[in-house]
Amino acid sequence: MKKVIQVFINGLIKENPVLIMMIGLCPFLACSTSANDAVGMGLAATFVLTCSNIIVSLIRKIVPKEVRIPVFIVIIATFTTIVDYLIKAYFPALSESLGVFIPLIVVNCIILARAEAFASKNNVFLSLIDGLGMGAGFFVAIVLLGIIRQFFGSATVFSSKELFSNPAVIMILPPGGFLAAGVVITIVKYIENKLTNKKSTSNLPEGCEGCTLKSRCTELLNK
Amino acid sequence: MKNSTLIAIFVSSIFVNNIILMRFIGLCSFFGVSNKLSSALGMSAAVFFVMNLSAVVSWLLYNFVLVPLNLEFLKIIVFILVIASLVQLVELFMKKNMPALFKALGIYLPLITTNCAILAVAFLIVDYKYNLLQTLVFSSGTAIGYTIAIILFSSIRERLELAPLPNAVKGYGIVFITAALMSLSFMGLVGLFGF
Repeated sequence: MKKVIQVFINGLIKENPVLIMMIGLCPFLACSTSANDAVGMGLAATFVLTCSNIIVSLIRKIVPKEVRIPVFIVIIATFTTIVDYLIKAYFPALSESLGVFIPLIVVNCIILARAEAFASKNNVFLSLIDGLGMGAGFFVAIVLLGIIRQFFGSATVFSSKELFSNPAVIMILPPGGFLAAGVVITIVKYIENKLTNKKSTSNLPEGCEGCTLKSRCTELLNK
Repeated sequence: MKNSTLIAIFVSSIFVNNIILMRFIGLCSFFGVSNKLSSALGMSAAVFFVMNLSAVVSWLLYNFVLVPLNLEFLKIIVFILVIASLVQLVELFMKKNMPALFKALGIYLPLITTNCAILAVAFLIVDYKYNLLQTLVFSSGTAIGYTIAIILFSSIRERLELAPLPNAVKGYGIVFITAALMSLSFMGLVGLFGF
């Protein structure tokens, strides 16, 4: 039981796919212009992720190692097709606004990464939990960004009325997406640094760790 | 899309609808390989090559195989398999006939299979109902747009590496905010050719 909670929390917080691992960025930015779209995208991706994790885990002992990636991709593509047609049939408006990003779930790096790194090595139940945890991590991140962008960009929250006049329309346009994501990621990193007590030892770029000339550069920068 | 003359498709796919900065497609590779100018160049050359090839092949398959057989619902699976096998073929062909080019582009080719820009182009040409010539113009325009964005961005990023920044902004935070400014400047071109 402890392991189950650990796996779930791992996906939701510790290895949050978008905010910590920086994968699956395309739908994160493109489908967060409103909170409703974000909820739709979050649920669709979670569904595909969980289902593909289960199937990959079920067949992990039958599939030869050399052809596993194509097999995983076909499994993911099958579930993406199912989701694509389900959304088209039951939520035509959502399908219209998410557009090409529903079929693009197929190349969402989170799904292939989890199939490869987790589901192909663990049993079915743990893979299910991992899919739900990672899906929840993606869902929370994209809905958070969706709420922020919708609030500042169109002055509404979900389907509410306009809360203030003259919203900053730029927030629902592409530049606003990059900006809001940059701010959210910065805040997450700030909290992470605070929690892990990582003190800034130098203001050197990340690549400098392990370089033989590091002390020399630090000296120069501190002058 | 009303205006579908070739020149309009070309210019709009490079600037107005720039695949990275305006459409948010291909971001993983955009942020992943843009930390050095040389790797950005390698990646964009590989993308240019595969994107044109896969757009033409998927157009042919969709219009001459899937539509006549009423199998349009299989397009997601078919397109991803086309791209994956095409990448493999290109890799084999290059290894045998163009070893120098393979050495330069080799490591970027497998990454392309999961590059959503390639797959997105295949879906968009189906959505827009382009003919073969329009498809070719659209895919090469998109690839040039990708190249411009990633080269400009990697040149900026090389300088950002040396900028003294607060610890929390360092890394992806500042990279996203820089991308926001670049995207803002590309927004200035909206309205060109009536898009």
